[in-house]
Amino acid sequence: MVELFRQAKWNEPLILEYPDKGLVGLNIQQVNPSIVEKVGGLKIPKGMVREKRINIPNLPEVVVVRHYTRLSQMSYGVDTGPVPLGSCTMKYNPRLAWDIAFDNRITALHPLQDERTVQGLLQMLFELQKWLANITGMDVCSLHPAAGAHGELAGVLTIRRYHELKGNLGLKREIVVPDSAHGTNPASASMAGFVTITVPTGEDGNVDFEALKSVVGDSTAGLMITNPSTLGLFEQRIIEIAELLHRYDALLYYDGANLNGIMGYARPGDMGFDIAHLNIHKTFSSPHGGGGPGAGVVCVKDRIVDEKRGVRLSDLVPGFIVVYDEETGLYKLREPGPYSVGLIKAFFGNVIPLVWAYVYIASLGPQGLRKAAEHAVMATNYFIKLVEGVKGLEIPFGRGRFRKHEVVLSASKLAEDTGVTAMDVAKGLLDAGFYAPTVYFPLIVKEALQVEFTEAETLENIERYAERLREISKIAYENPEVAKSWPSNTSVRLIDYVRGDHPKTLSPTWRVYVKRMRGELT
Amino acid sequence: MLVGFLVNPYAGLGGAIGFKGTNEEAIERALSLGYDLIAPRRAVEFLANLRGVNLRFIAGAGLMGEYELGQAGLSSLIERVVGERKTRTTREDTLKAAREMAGYGVDVLVFVGGDGTLKDIYEATRGAIPVLGVPSGVKVYSGAFAYTPREAARILEAYASGQASLVEAEVLDVDEDLLRRDVLDLRVYGVVKTIGVEGLLQPSKGLSNAFDDEENKLAIARYLFENMEGDAYYILGPGTTVKALRHFVKGELSLLGVDVVYAGSVLLKDTWEKPILDILSGHVKAYIVVSPIGRQGFIFGRGNQQISPRVLRLVKKDNIIVVATRRKVRELEYLRVYTGDEEIDARLRGYYKVLVDYGVYEVKKAI
Repeated sequence: MVELFRQAKWNEPLILEYPDKGLVGLNIQQVNPSIVEKVGGLKIPKGMVREKRINIPNLPEVVVVRHYTRLSQMSYGVDTGPVPLGSCTMKYNPRLAWDIAFDNRITALHPLQDERTVQGLLQMLFELQKWLANITGMDVCSLHPAAGAHGELAGVLTIRRYHELKGNLGLKREIVVPDSAHGTNPASASMAGFVTITVPTGEDGNVDFEALKSVVGDSTAGLMITNPSTLGLFEQRIIEIAELLHRYDALLYYDGANLNGIMGYARPGDMGFDIAHLNIHKTFSSPHGGGGPGAGVVCVKDRIVDEKRGVRLSDLVPGFIVVYDEETGLYKLREPGPYSVGLIKAFFGNVIPLVWAYVYIASLGPQGLRKAAEHAVMATNYFIKLVEGVKGLEIPFGRGRFRKHEVVLSASKLAEDTGVTAMDVAKGLLDAGFYAPTVYFPLIVKEALQVEFTEAETLENIERYAERLREISKIAYENPEVAKSWPSNTSVRLIDYVRGDHPKTLSPTWRVYVKRMRGELT
Repeated sequence: MLVGFLVNPYAGLGGAIGFKGTNEEAIERALSLGYDLIAPRRAVEFLANLRGVNLRFIAGAGLMGEYELGQAGLSSLIERVVGERKTRTTREDTLKAAREMAGYGVDVLVFVGGDGTLKDIYEATRGAIPVLGVPSGVKVYSGAFAYTPREAARILEAYASGQASLVEAEVLDVDEDLLRRDVLDLRVYGVVKTIGVEGLLQPSKGLSNAFDDEENKLAIARYLFENMEGDAYYILGPGTTVKALRHFVKGELSLLGVDVVYAGSVLLKDTWEKPILDILSGHVKAYIVVSPIGRQGFIFGRGNQQISPRVLRLVKKDNIIVVATRRKVRELEYLRVYTGDEEIDARLRGYYKVLVDYGVYEVKKAI
């Protein structure tokens, strides 16, 4: 079947650009005079009365609905077609999880409600904490952080607190990160006040152990590592690495972004990690928040920090933790204690994605989770077989090794031969109705195309995707001009990357855009 | 986009007959031996790989660009020809054509040649217009060159279609007489703007590259400055990355020479081996700050010979601070040391933490 892909193209203004004709979507009726008489006139303090008209669009509901429907038609997501976006683990959103999480018995709850009135939810979260601890091989999990990078920050702040409580923070200034890491790793370390040191990856895809040894020492506070790495490869010397770090009292931090490649088969806790964060919105469905917020759980080993004061690593993690009180038989929120990093956001955590994760884990069960990882890994390696021999594409690092959850192709040869770059290949995929892979990441692979199908994608789609890559390569070699002009079937065509990416030309918000249009920003 | 296209037709000819550069003697010898010109071929290869972009050319006369554009079937894109058509061009012709192209306000000057050609263009234009080198010389050490003619075409295309921005590169040249005796004496003559593609396309999962090289240099310098020890001497090698310190220290720094900073102030500007040795002989605490030079990544022995083996003998390896922008460090596979003193070189090889941003290091191996 030849599938034609065309994306809707509406000349749709921003909602703020709609002409304001004084239309309203809500008709507030005059208050019955008898009520006014009884209650008395409204007495709003002068300072609180808005003097100018509020600057929001005045639009009827039907216009708003059409606006967002059109935008959705110009957009693309997991519900439209395959999104094999590397390192993002874009799984399907099971609707069962939505049904439960969007039930008003959950959505109508308030964080300041009495704990006794939310026992059901607290029980779910308590069980989720235990399940996640079990899946990672850790002892205690905090569901507090709001996103993956937030979980990372929570982890790095825990490392900081660890050295601070031991009185070593003056010395322990450095966090080591492999060069295949997500950019958020060094960023989190910097935010926590550490100096970051990036170590290279060897040809075999493992961390260059000699380079690592050359920088790990007394000033090392910790190592942040993703395993499997962003190359989709399992770090084979992880035990040795853990031993090296622990020799200098440095903590080992696990970036859980790629847990999907080993879930149910291997656990960070067993590899020697002290702290792990999980991207709830990757591994446990609800891709990229699935329209809602994400959640980044942080888990720790309960190792001793200070024997004299009886401080353990679990005392350091940020946020509230759900505990079970045997005496009363009630679930309660434990507030962060004196040794904790404290709160890094308001209230508990992002409960909706946590409930999705609960439903995901509960419906799959332990065997199902293992199967999910297995299928994700099979999907990757099946895809590798399909694209082997596609002219211009190569798979650098760890040649011949099986990949886990994802694989990184390099279009370097293609670009060299034809001028068609990884970016053009990505646009060629867009043009055929696929979401583009993650491109130019990891940084160590030239012209990188990072592909991750997850267990959710069908074999047919994997085959079509591989077929399209073969087609793109053929076109690139025969008719590079065509490849350079992609995409033509999407709602937005080629854009100017430099202008689109430069702080001096891009407009991240409406206000910036307006100021730019008025020439107030130069 | 208006492109100046200048070919040094004799560039690279000396290499064919084992010369380290192309002087008059080399040209005579090569031609008499029946060697064909190399640069025009490279130029045509470059032009033949250009496609799908809207370019107009101001070409050098005859073999200096006009002829090659014709060979590639692009004569119709020539807006103007500068210089005289002759069979034997000289350095003067390059200087004159480059100056004229700059006068016509070309957006970029693409030249075919080597380090010598770039040096001439730099002399004629003083870095006023961006340049892009199509490699054809015997020596191609400067960072303003693409690796191949084909890559040069890609870079120009990227620039013309808004996918590349301007970055700085050093103008390097080698003393050819010394090179003939196997001594590589690499000097930094100046800094030009060229087109940078590497690291431009923003990786969606990587760190943002949305800031430019200059901001990157400033961040590196700020970190260096904030962490300078009050009682230590800082010997600063040449290059714009190291010398971004000029925004922070008191006093004036040279761009291409070696300077010494102490307690936040410039102690010696554009100094040489002897004064540095005088300082170090006092058994003081000293750091050396260097940045890899050129495309090969030399941190010692190239472009900063003032920091000699005798100087290096007196400074611990741990006290060598290597700095480089993220873009530059990504282009380098290795750092290199070649001071000519095997004992020193052996000591300086191994892993370095390269400062690439504010409080951010990348480990690189020096070979």
